[in-house]
Amino acid sequence: MKVPFSWLKDYVDIDCTAGELVAKLFSCGFEVEEVVQFGEKIDRIVTCKIVKIERHPNADKLSVCQVDAGAHGLLQIITAATNVFEGAIVPVALDGSTLYNGDKIKKGNLRGLPSCGMFCSGEELGITDDWYEGASVHGILIIKENVELGKDIKEVLGLNDIMFDINVTANRPDCQSILGIAREVAAVLDKPFKNPDFTYSVDKKVSTLDKVKIYDKAFDLCQRYKGHLVENIKIESSPLWMKRRLFLMGLRSINNIVDITNYVLLEIGQPMHAFDLNDLVDNTIVVRRAEKGEKITTLDEKEFELSENNLVICDAIKPVAIAGVMGGLNSEIKSSTKTVLFESAKFARDNVRKTARTLGQRTDASARYEKGVDYLSVENGMNRALHLIDELKCGTIACDEYDLIDAPIKEKVIETTYTKINGVLGIDVPKKTVKNILERLNFKVEDNGDEIKVSVPLYREDMESYPDIAEEVIREYGYDNIKPTLLATSAITNGGRNDAQQSAENLKNLLIGYGYLEMISYSFVAEKEFDLFGLDKAAKIRIKNPISEDLAVMRTLLFPSAVRIAANNLKRKNDSGRLFELAKTYENINVSAIGLPTETTHLAFVAFGENEDYFSVKGVVEGIVDTFCRGVDVKFVPAEEKFMHPTRSADVIVDGVKIGFVGQVNFEILSAYDVEKPIYGGEIDYKLLSERFNGKVVAKAVSKFPTVERDLAIIVDENCPYIDIINCIKTFGGKYLDRVMLFDVYQGGQVASGKKSMAFNLVFVSDERTLSVEEVDSAIKKILKNLKDKLNAELR
Amino acid sequence: MEKFEELRQKAKEEIAKITSLKMMGDIKAKFIGKNGEITALLRGMKDIPFEMRAAFGKKINDLKDEVSAFFAEKEETLKLAENADKMKKEAVDITLPGKKPQLGSLHPLNIVKNKIIDAFTGMGFEIFEGPEIDTDYYCFQALNIPKDHPARDMQDTFYISDNVLLRPHTSPGQVRTMENKKPPIKILSPGRVYRADDDASHSPMFHQIEGLVVDKGVSLCDLKGLLDEFVRIIFDKDTKTRFRPSYFPFTEPSVEVDVTCCKCGGKGCNLCKGTGWIEILGAGVVNKKVLEMSGIDSNVYSGLAFGLGIERITMIKYGISDIRTLFENNVAFLQQFNRR
Repeated sequence: MKVPFSWLKDYVDIDCTAGELVAKLFSCGFEVEEVVQFGEKIDRIVTCKIVKIERHPNADKLSVCQVDAGAHGLLQIITAATNVFEGAIVPVALDGSTLYNGDKIKKGNLRGLPSCGMFCSGEELGITDDWYEGASVHGILIIKENVELGKDIKEVLGLNDIMFDINVTANRPDCQSILGIAREVAAVLDKPFKNPDFTYSVDKKVSTLDKVKIYDKAFDLCQRYKGHLVENIKIESSPLWMKRRLFLMGLRSINNIVDITNYVLLEIGQPMHAFDLNDLVDNTIVVRRAEKGEKITTLDEKEFELSENNLVICDAIKPVAIAGVMGGLNSEIKSSTKTVLFESAKFARDNVRKTARTLGQRTDASARYEKGVDYLSVENGMNRALHLIDELKCGTIACDEYDLIDAPIKEKVIETTYTKINGVLGIDVPKKTVKNILERLNFKVEDNGDEIKVSVPLYREDMESYPDIAEEVIREYGYDNIKPTLLATSAITNGGRNDAQQSAENLKNLLIGYGYLEMISYSFVAEKEFDLFGLDKAAKIRIKNPISEDLAVMRTLLFPSAVRIAANNLKRKNDSGRLFELAKTYENINVSAIGLPTETTHLAFVAFGENEDYFSVKGVVEGIVDTFCRGVDVKFVPAEEKFMHPTRSADVIVDGVKIGFVGQVNFEILSAYDVEKPIYGGEIDYKLLSERFNGKVVAKAVSKFPTVERDLAIIVDENCPYIDIINCIKTFGGKYLDRVMLFDVYQGGQVASGKKSMAFNLVFVSDERTLSVEEVDSAIKKILKNLKDKLNAELR
Repeated sequence: MEKFEELRQKAKEEIAKITSLKMMGDIKAKFIGKNGEITALLRGMKDIPFEMRAAFGKKINDLKDEVSAFFAEKEETLKLAENADKMKKEAVDITLPGKKPQLGSLHPLNIVKNKIIDAFTGMGFEIFEGPEIDTDYYCFQALNIPKDHPARDMQDTFYISDNVLLRPHTSPGQVRTMENKKPPIKILSPGRVYRADDDASHSPMFHQIEGLVVDKGVSLCDLKGLLDEFVRIIFDKDTKTRFRPSYFPFTEPSVEVDVTCCKCGGKGCNLCKGTGWIEILGAGVVNKKVLEMSGIDSNVYSGLAFGLGIERITMIKYGISDIRTLFENNVAFLQQFNRR
């Protein structure tokens, strides 16, 4: 909300500086985001009188002017402008000066003659005709008044106002106006607030009620509608003071009637509309829902097709305005307009919002209505507009008006206690202070002991109960008065992460120990990527309004993001890296009763670089299983995932349930990401994994008796998997076989072709006694026999 | 007798000449081995008259012990020399790089998230993580933001259907907790949130932590106390908070909370844009309507709530200027955070 300092001063005697006011407003909840002095960049531009004009000897289009710049002396200025004349008073930018837009002006030479500066146009001073008549002409600004020479142009043109850009929170639509901000300023400075002049004189012979018929047929969408007739309209240019205020607020002056409606919107915060009564069939206004397919062309000559969701203002047969958005071209104010019907209304904010959005037609009025207009501003707006008609003497005001209202206006009263108010704050603000603050904010207060009855001004529709009053009190009393306490009255609670939350942190710490960096990637991916990985289309969840097609689908698997991130790292010459993410996947399956899809936490990890291979990532899975669910049955079987390498990846089966996959990424996928170096990794369904967590440790004593070690080198068929051999050794090793470790695999000259040699180290031990050589020998014998029988393995 | 002295002398001399452990074995055998010269003396005992044997035998044994001690001494010296020599030959360039195991790291956002969680769990807060895809009711209506409320413009929400959306804040965690738990309630609800925004300071996905306290008699002073304690843990012990009035539909009164700038300490710098203060979170007293909608008697209990953006605090703490850096997952960037 932009507010000029000068305009505020109409309603409050402000005796502090702009800086002090900013601090005060900040303390009571109105942050001033920017303070701009209009024309603050303009520097060293002064008035001067042109004494003599001569043709430039070397240039047809240039004139050489001798000017008197008062205290700045006699100067020579060269100009190309043609509207200057001897005796004219004009602004001159001196050597080292700055224009409105920040451009610097220096002394220079033009076609061989020195020029001590430059004459300025209105545009170069940031102004138009609305600010100073003649400022919009093409050429130099001619000052009409007889002013002192050498005087700062900002003083001459009044370019010294300060503009505040104030952030108004959504609960305070009443402050979307100069008036609203002025009320707050008066309260926070504890100064009296002077209302704008709402009075006007009327012509008893002119009656709105006699001449016009107004019907509100949609009170749910139009809670208050006022219509007031003004005859003998004289369409003219507005006075300079009004044009200047509109100009400061960024509005162009049109004519007195249109300007009055705009002025009232800025000052009072009430959108106004003026209809040319001659254009209203049967002098009638009907407020109603549009009929489906009904059409209207608005003032900006755009045609809209309406529906029953749109509220329209109609005459006896057709729409003449889209309520709260824009008037119709068919009833606009023209230079020929003689009779005007002013409209001031309260339209439902959500309906205006919907209409403005569905039609794509957002205006200053609709923006204001979307925030909310109150019952009082409808009245203030109309009265202020009529006062301005009167002041500008541009019409004859009817003696009566229509005021259609959905229900009698009743002031809201909040009955509570000082104890409750102070209870919210936690401090003891004295009753007298509470009362004084509320009265400054125009609340009416009656109290009796602890009880307090607060009548709320009509424009404060945000006030509902005692916490709202507490907020009013503390924002004026000062938040600095809140004293920190640490839940003095509250019960003690234990707090902390629960077991599941702690386990997730432990898992992350394990991976960090393994050298993995945690990544965080977006939960949504490109549909293209989803399809590239061949993910289940039935589980796909699409965002209706994605920010881009690259972020349009909720991921059902983390792995594609992880692979993309690994590829991006490789492309950016990060030659090695290990990354993991513990995050949710989203699947359109098992949708809950209230419509929510399934969210499942997954762990994804990727690794790339010289030291990585299938085994380095498989080791991560083994490490996780061993750390969190030691002892469960885990199997690695050929992976089903088509996006994985067909012979270097595995599905992870725990207790017969598939919980994820691990291995190398398929070359097809790598080419899709435009990388050649291999990427390894995997993904684990964390939910399935965590269901098998068994972290409880029961310590077992280590045997006191000596171990017996044996090495076995066996020769098997080269396709015989390790897992079959190790399982065979473990199954037939007897109860004293404590551990088995593969320490060598060999294929080559010493071994027949199609065969491989595998060497295992076996350790036997008993908890009760020293094992005899015979016992161990017989165990080895049994192992060898079974290896031979089952896997055709020979001792090497 | 002279022979004893002679042997002793001879042994001493030869031991002095020994230069290696291998050589020592031979010399040792020559004197005190099975067939050594001193051992041979013992075998000559049978020629000694019986009454002198004991004295003679003792002398031989004394000599043997003495010579053995010479050998032991020499052996010690040789071992020292040999070890020293061996180690000298094993010299490495101690300035060559070590074999350092590469340590991973949490993502900076989660480092900060954990710090925040630790600060509040220390004050008795539990953690609740709700769904990221949630209903309009939990994300808006139950938080006093009815349909077409202007506050819905405060965040641009991603929709899955008319009624199901990606949560734009972690505030639904408040509602779900209050529906399922009786006071006293102290919870933190951290997680991913989503808004249709993408530039240097906004990401379409980011992280918030919502805090909620519901109990008898809690007030704005408690909020101030909690947050004062929190910022001292997260930033440093001299950090101060400032409340200023604001508006959120789910709290009344509502405040924005600023902290003294951690870069300049409040003097004013480019981080705090010269104000000395940095805005870090929004908070307030839970709106009575929100308590009632979730089935909590607002005449008995009152609540406090606060919500903060983890990205913002992370960026302030680590001096990160572009939020997108946090989601690129560049290994070189992430590796910076594996220090303690």
